[in-house]
Amino acid sequence: MTNSGFISRFCSIRNNTVVVNNKTEFFRPDEKPEKFLTGVYQHFAIQYPKFYKMDILSKLGFLSVELLLRDTGLLEKYAGHKTGIILMNASSSLDTDRRHQESILDRANYFPSPAVFVYTLPNIMIGEISIRHKITGEGTFFVRERFDASFLVSYIRQLFDTGILQCCITGWTETNGDDYESVMYFVEKTDRPMDGIANFDAATIQKLYDKVK
Amino acid sequence: MEQLIQKLKEEIIDALNLSEMNPEQIDDKAPLFIDGLGLDSIDALELTVLLEKKYGLRISTAEEGKKVLYSVRSMAEFITANGKA
Amino acid sequence: MSDRVFVTGIGVISALGFDIDETASALQKSKSGIGRISLFDTVYKEEIPVAEVKASNIELAERAQVKQDGLFSRTSLLGLIAARQALSQAQVRDFAGTRTGLISATTTGGMDRSERFFKEYLKNNRRGRLRDIVTHDCGNSTEIIAKQTGIRDYVTTISTACSSSANAILLGARLVKNGMLDRVLAGGVDALTLFTLNGFNSLMILDRNGCKPFDEERNGLTLGEGAGFLMIESERLVKKQGKTILGEVKGYGNACDAHHQTASSPEGNGAYLSMEKALITAGLKPAMIDYINAHGTGTKNNDLSEGIAIKRLFQDSVPAFSSTKAYTGHTLGAAGAIEAVFCIMALQHQWLYPNLNFRQTMKELGFSPVASFQHHVPVRYIMSNSFGFGGNNTSIIFSGC
Repeated sequence: MTNSGFISRFCSIRNNTVVVNNKTEFFRPDEKPEKFLTGVYQHFAIQYPKFYKMDILSKLGFLSVELLLRDTGLLEKYAGHKTGIILMNASSSLDTDRRHQESILDRANYFPSPAVFVYTLPNIMIGEISIRHKITGEGTFFVRERFDASFLVSYIRQLFDTGILQCCITGWTETNGDDYESVMYFVEKTDRPMDGIANFDAATIQKLYDKVK
Repeated sequence: MEQLIQKLKEEIIDALNLSEMNPEQIDDKAPLFIDGLGLDSIDALELTVLLEKKYGLRISTAEEGKKVLYSVRSMAEFITANGKA
Repeated sequence: MSDRVFVTGIGVISALGFDIDETASALQKSKSGIGRISLFDTVYKEEIPVAEVKASNIELAERAQVKQDGLFSRTSLLGLIAARQALSQAQVRDFAGTRTGLISATTTGGMDRSERFFKEYLKNNRRGRLRDIVTHDCGNSTEIIAKQTGIRDYVTTISTACSSSANAILLGARLVKNGMLDRVLAGGVDALTLFTLNGFNSLMILDRNGCKPFDEERNGLTLGEGAGFLMIESERLVKKQGKTILGEVKGYGNACDAHHQTASSPEGNGAYLSMEKALITAGLKPAMIDYINAHGTGTKNNDLSEGIAIKRLFQDSVPAFSSTKAYTGHTLGAAGAIEAVFCIMALQHQWLYPNLNFRQTMKELGFSPVASFQHHVPVRYIMSNSFGFGGNNTSIIFSGC
């Protein structure tokens, strides 16, 4: 396996702070996740009304990728089917699972919402991102106890080496009650250093993840 | 009928999370699906839940659904015809 | 550096039976596992058919060789039973000197226990046994299988809706092919829950009469449950240990439909891409595929989308195809793996599976699935499709040896 790959951009949304490539772009303390995320959407004037239908996990993932790619022209360099989305978290879609569960328990007040049920799968977030950015390459969602940088790196390098992907959106997006965090990376297959952050390797990925904890 | 239509528009905005819309922006007679508001199949299901939850009315077939959910006005007419306005 | 990737063991449990032999018998007899709900109390008991594994959790615990002391969800019990079968057939006894991985997949995790807890908890938040929710996470059943079987080197869980276990097999094959592991036990599990029953019902895609995949009058899917696992080993290891080969993982592809959260694109783009990718990685032309085990859920949307994609890709050489979901129901996260097991069995015995409940050809397709069980059919390359909500589409090609 060659050591190919470069991290071109990095975006984290955690502790009510949005950071893109080491620069804090937005900060609003003391707000609950849903309100905060709506604030992010409005602040950056994103204009995608379907945002409001998403559950918190999808909103978080959607926004992280939106800000990751915004005004960069990065995706336009690649064909949709050569762009992949490989994500990971610990709680799957637990928040929304709870909402759905509550709606089916009371027979006297039984009105399960199909729109809620749709989001009881973590990879719907991948679906939302793909629809928005017309990404048709490989997508997978892993459920792990903790962020595993070396796994993601070796997995994606393989996809690069075998020519399946030329670029990839990857990271960790987790929500559980009032706790949430999203850390997204845009990685490109290349040996040449570019206008980016760093080489695509486990140590760098982990370092960026740990940076604003 | 007009009061019902106004109420329905607010309920639709709420049920479908159309947070960036005002009732004034929804045309009574415009198609809700494909053209017009461009709602999708999940939205259609949510509207059938809305009719049941708020008005106690059930839609039994997809064909009936297509007619009833065509526009806000057709929804209001359905509700009125069934004595639930 | 790439090794070939072989299947040396298979394990399955579903509405058709508790093991490979029972499953084979039901398949050959065209005997569907769909029936009335018996596992839990619900208003839909008389209304919605399902495909249950015909055993209580206590019975499953016995078969899984564990004590049902409260720490095993139905999901992990089903998974353990199938996992042990695959390991046993592959004659995997110890792990010394061999890098072994476990990749499992699920959508509901331990929801069967959690929903019981939640009901009590909502009435009074001092009620409900906390032990009922420690099994909730998707990773829990995987970890239980790992612990019980002794697999330690690499353990992970994939959750991508109905393509979950197909993706587990894809990942397992890739890791072995690239020399990162010597062998992988790959598959998936899902148990029936009120959660999924009510959820799918709210989407109005459950056929009240049992699913009829690829039929003009189809009206929805039938939920099922179960588990399937494949023991996937490298060419090198198989030769070294003199293992019996059941089949080969020849090619695979995953793509995103990028159309809608739950509906597939009318042109079947995601399906087309994943099938095409699988052919490319397998080095095969469409005309070389002998049989497609379709995703074929029986919903108006999937069967049209998948059918159109098959038509576009295979053109004049559409192979024999069928959905086995009228046998097992749609086993969600376990579907890819259970159907992979069926594909390996078909390669071993040279079978073709019928698409039960089929009566009328779909107007848009103009071609029909296999109508009755076939013995003695020369089958060399089989493609298996699994398409999940979120537009996650996976196709895997297995070949006979």
